[in-house]
Amino acid sequence: MTETISETPAPAPDPAPKSPGEPLLDVRGLVKYFPVKGGGLVRRKMLNVRAVDGIDLSVAAGESVGLVGESGCGKSTTGRLISRLLEPTGGTIHYDGNDITHATRKQIAPIRSQIQMIFQDPYSSLNPRQTVGTIVSSPMEVNGIDPEGGRKKRVQELLERVGLNPEHYNRFPHEFSGGQRQRIGIARALALQPRLIVADEPVSALDVSIQAQVVNLLQGLQRDMGIAFVFIAHDLAVVRHFSQRVAVMYLGKIVEIADRTSLYANPHHPYTHTLLAAVPETDPDKSGNRTRVHAFGDMPSPINPPSGCRFRTRCPKAQDVCANEEPPLIGIDTLLAGHRVACHFPGPLEATAKAEESMPEERIEAALEAGITTDPE
Amino acid sequence: MTMQPQLVPEAGGSPNPGTPDSPLSEAGVAAAPQEVVGRSPGQLAWRRFRKDRSGVISASIVIFFFLIAFAAPLIEKLYGKDPYTRYGQIHPGLLNEVGAPIAPNGGISGEHWFGIEPAVGRDVLMQLVYGIRTSLLLAVVVVIIVTVVGTILGITAGYLGGKVDYVISRVIDTLLAMPSQLFFIAFTPIVLALFVSERETTPTMLRATALIIVLSLFGWTRIARILRGQVLSMREREYIEAAKVSGAGSGRIIFKELLPNLWTPILIVATLDLPTYVTTEAALSFLGVGMTEPTPDWGRMINKGFEGMQSDVTYLAFPAIAMVIFVLAFNLLGDSVRDALDPKSNR
Repeated sequence: MTETISETPAPAPDPAPKSPGEPLLDVRGLVKYFPVKGGGLVRRKMLNVRAVDGIDLSVAAGESVGLVGESGCGKSTTGRLISRLLEPTGGTIHYDGNDITHATRKQIAPIRSQIQMIFQDPYSSLNPRQTVGTIVSSPMEVNGIDPEGGRKKRVQELLERVGLNPEHYNRFPHEFSGGQRQRIGIARALALQPRLIVADEPVSALDVSIQAQVVNLLQGLQRDMGIAFVFIAHDLAVVRHFSQRVAVMYLGKIVEIADRTSLYANPHHPYTHTLLAAVPETDPDKSGNRTRVHAFGDMPSPINPPSGCRFRTRCPKAQDVCANEEPPLIGIDTLLAGHRVACHFPGPLEATAKAEESMPEERIEAALEAGITTDPE
Repeated sequence: MTMQPQLVPEAGGSPNPGTPDSPLSEAGVAAAPQEVVGRSPGQLAWRRFRKDRSGVISASIVIFFFLIAFAAPLIEKLYGKDPYTRYGQIHPGLLNEVGAPIAPNGGISGEHWFGIEPAVGRDVLMQLVYGIRTSLLLAVVVVIIVTVVGTILGITAGYLGGKVDYVISRVIDTLLAMPSQLFFIAFTPIVLALFVSERETTPTMLRATALIIVLSLFGWTRIARILRGQVLSMREREYIEAAKVSGAGSGRIIFKELLPNLWTPILIVATLDLPTYVTTEAALSFLGVGMTEPTPDWGRMINKGFEGMQSDVTYLAFPAIAMVIFVLAFNLLGDSVRDALDPKSNR
């Protein structure tokens, strides 16, 4: 898959000039806890799954920001918070200068159409009882938009724009393949002419051969229509191809955020190292002499995350300070501006690999045994 | 590759339009080759249903019964008898001195095709025909009430969740835990007593109303439970989220997004409920808490037939057979409807 994508022409040099003014989307200290019932037969303790635990993120107009991380790190929750499908527990979300953190459906109505979403599963994101025409036109119907030449014409234009036959207006979703269904979902998101699209793993449910087409379609849309994207994925190659800036999430926090080139060429967080090391190498000759680093064991439970740095239970570089102090997300002098890392011991890949080699055996075992259980409170 | 959609074989633009494939000629719409027409899930279900022979046969039987119920007054006119007149007592030579029909097989003759009722001497065919009316009318009204109430409460519980869901679910659990048949028997007289004092005779309409109330009280739980579960699973689907992102309100989501996906379970439960209520109504009348003399009713006829079963089985046979045929046909129809609408479900 990586190959298919790298064959396509390189994306245009940043179409979104760094706007000096306010960003389109500005997220500050975003928090989302899901309450769950804890153990204990008689006295049930209410616990919280800390899905998103203090995230700062800003997206400029026309910019595409990638959000990567393992399953369960809170990236989809972040997307749903931004599109206001979920109610944030804390923090603020500003869109175009307006605070939409706790806006009700009525209050948000004027800008509702500007933030749209593309979903992961093309099989559950289209109502099986509606025709393609109904699906794509219903956002216009809800918002009372009557485009010139009628909604039907507009829907057909949109279908054409996403590479579908406009004649298929009257068809039902079950008559299309996964890739085509995803295109219908994209057409629906475009129907309201949004300025920001939250794409929640838009290609991960698709066949590998189709992924590249859909990513290229999204890229074309971003370039031509100047839509800002929050692109959520767990596939680093896809994100690298699509996003100008990339944020790496771990257990509800952003651990590293940087410009695309800076992040992939010069990652400084040990977790980013492990993620990049996990990308399979397509060239067998090269794969032998790659520097490999590992994250040991499983991700701790977000109900009771480790103290201090959340990655420390699996990190080869972890020391005492990591358990006591939470590292802030800050810039580093040796790196480009805007490259920020949340680590007490940031360093290049080689340093992490070296730390892993000299890691005492019992620490690895302890990390592996710990599994998903976390430190006692 | 993705540009070309997978064509349903029967759909419009077939690669060689010269050779008409058989399902295409069946569907009249396929005449225009230019138009790409999608088949809705409903149309697909209808095609499946038409191919199901037992479904078509049972549907015809059910329609036949409904037609008879509708056309009862017409049949009465053509046949020249009514269900109330005691022919056996008016015309001599039909019943003997102990009240048994003189003609063989319960008095079947050219005059009275299905015989006459022992002792009273009413016409059996007309009682049967009007009996369908009673049963179907009651059952249909109950099914409509039950479906509407159950759908509203089920969707409300599933969609709103939380406390509302808790309350509705507990009510459903409580009602389902009660032995409903016993309650019908015990409660029908109580409901009746609310309206009429014991000494007066109860009007037929009131009896029917009481039965409908009692049956509906317990009946809505089934559909409500099923729909609650369906909505719970559907609420988290991404197309619901997509509707929310586009700014749709709860009303629109329920009516435009959820309800079209719920017609299948609603229709299935309704078609399977109807025969249940026909038998329940008959059972109650058989036990003496449903319809009473002189209202024509299958359950009451079967009860009467039981009394004289040893001397003449004919009077019992007609309503019993009619009921078996109707309930069997309706249940088979319900199965076929489910198979057609939901081909993936295993029984």
